[in-house]
Amino acid sequence: MSQEKLIEIKNLKTFFNTEAGIARAVNDVSFDIYKGEVLGIVGESGSGKSVTSMSINRLIPNPPGEIVGGEIFYKGKDLLKYSYEQMSEIRGKEISMIFQEPMTSLNPVLRISSQMNEILVKHEGLIEEEATKKSIEMLKRVGIPEPERRIYDYPHQFSGGMRQRVMIAIALACDPKVLIADEPTTALDVTIQAQILDIVKRLRKELGMAIIWITHDLGVVAGIADRVAVMYGGFIVEQAPVKKLYSTPKHPYTQGLLSTLPKLEGERTERLESIKGQPPDLHNIPDSCPFAPRCIHVSEKCQNENPRLEMTDPEHQVACWWNTEKENYSS
Amino acid sequence: MNNSSETLLKVENLSKHFPITKGVFRRQVGTVKAVDGISFEIKERETLGLVGESGCGKSTAGRVILQLYPATSGNVVFRGVEITELSPEKLRLQRPKMQMIFQDPQDSLNPRMTVGDIIGEPIIEHQFHKGKERREKIEQLLKSVGLNPKYTNRYPHEFSGGQRQRIGIARALALNPDFIICDEPIAALDVSIQAQVVNLLEDLQDQLGLTYLFISHDLSMIRHIADRVAVMYLGVMVELASSKSLYGNPLHPYTQALLSAVPVHDPEKEQKRERIILQGDVPSPANPPSGCRFRTRCPIAESQCAEKIPEWREKKEGHWVACHKVS
Repeated sequence: MSQEKLIEIKNLKTFFNTEAGIARAVNDVSFDIYKGEVLGIVGESGSGKSVTSMSINRLIPNPPGEIVGGEIFYKGKDLLKYSYEQMSEIRGKEISMIFQEPMTSLNPVLRISSQMNEILVKHEGLIEEEATKKSIEMLKRVGIPEPERRIYDYPHQFSGGMRQRVMIAIALACDPKVLIADEPTTALDVTIQAQILDIVKRLRKELGMAIIWITHDLGVVAGIADRVAVMYGGFIVEQAPVKKLYSTPKHPYTQGLLSTLPKLEGERTERLESIKGQPPDLHNIPDSCPFAPRCIHVSEKCQNENPRLEMTDPEHQVACWWNTEKENYSS
Repeated sequence: MNNSSETLLKVENLSKHFPITKGVFRRQVGTVKAVDGISFEIKERETLGLVGESGCGKSTAGRVILQLYPATSGNVVFRGVEITELSPEKLRLQRPKMQMIFQDPQDSLNPRMTVGDIIGEPIIEHQFHKGKERREKIEQLLKSVGLNPKYTNRYPHEFSGGQRQRIGIARALALNPDFIICDEPIAALDVSIQAQVVNLLEDLQDQLGLTYLFISHDLSMIRHIADRVAVMYLGVMVELASSKSLYGNPLHPYTQALLSAVPVHDPEKEQKRERIILQGDVPSPANPPSGCRFRTRCPIAESQCAEKIPEWREKKEGHWVACHKVS
């Protein structure tokens, strides 16, 4: 992995104005994405993982959402200062996205050909015929049989897995530097998920783009990511290379999550570990640690002050007072 | 848990076909064979896991067993009573013993009813308790699923997903059932909440002596909760065995592929794992392949698989499989 920073996110804050008040969906999040790496962002619903990724591409619906603070640098330039026109030059060409539900992200009344060609005509300046040729090649790459014929079909003529392949083909048509994948396999069956993961891994080798893979599935991330960021209540609570995160998780939430999962191999556990309580209400994020009400290591400090993501270890970072104190104690 | 215990439910050759109709006169142009001749037994106090991909018929199977859909053919015998042929009145008397927990607690709870009314409705319908006694029963049910008994006057939207699923469980328990079909009860919940609900279901099973049919697509969770596991593909059962032998020694190529496709939360193992990647999608149940239904995606299919339907046979004691290639 080269150390060239592609995206640098600093203190990103994205809030939503709702009837119940301001929801702090992303609350001061900072991280980097390097060229060619796969960053997994893991979290439960409402942890802010999707909002983070949509903020990068400036896809937050406004109103109700708004990026209220922070900077997002792409190759050194702050995307938050870009105009709408400048942003549409970035989307699809430099940073593409695939979403969870491929039915809703494809236009049901347009043939696949026009949806695929659109982006090639816009960004690459190809004429329709060249674009069709390139689109067919992309469909072949994602494993759609008979692409010459299928390209003239409508989205409803494809199955869920096939539609997600079409989405991937569209997303990668202009050879983007970053692919943001927001739970792209969640709606699919496991055998289809395995197919999609296989395709993405192969294309990543062939095309060398960086990937931000957003999921709630710790198994999927284990197989695809180089580095993982764990989100909770709008914060990143832990960030580490994938093997480190799974072998020595530091944050009590990460530890809890990993131990709640039933295993497919080895001894069968009699009783699952569980994290007590409920995820936090985003309208009501206190100044304390967001995980404090559910944490088994909670101390007084956790209830008064929110820990920051400690940058002490360049590889493995954690936002937790319990960890900070443990380290102070041992050193 | 106990091998010697008695059979609670026996399903024989159960089928459910849905007609496909066309035109103003709703002329029938085909049939979706959602469930096509499945047979199994569930013993008292046992948990049978039913797994398969979407569209394999696992939820339809659950609903036909409870007679929420009338069966097209086949028998369901519950404690010696054949329930597919009962009159509506007699079936109604059986209902309290068999309950269901649904996948999405958002959709399966009436948003205009209070929690007390939701849980109390089956009690009123079947006239189990009245007045103060009923209120006490509702409070006791809420307590047993880990909710505050003071919540009876709240509405479902005031609860989180995990809590709503607990309300669904309390409603299923209201009539003191013996058998509960859990249809993907944790699929809509967050990971940290799933374990809470599964632990609750296991505790209730121990306390009340319940029998579960646990329908899920989550193979890791099924391994944890089920004593025996049945695997369905396109309306038929392809394998049935104890949890230990199904996961330790899967015989059917579909089960093998399914297990190898499940991501494991261990990067060391996950990145080295050999995967069986199945080609293509699940075929349409309106027009299933001839012979073995899995043959179009099967990595080891032969010509005989297209001609003959594989026999459902007991390969080893308690390990059933339907495949020509398993010798």
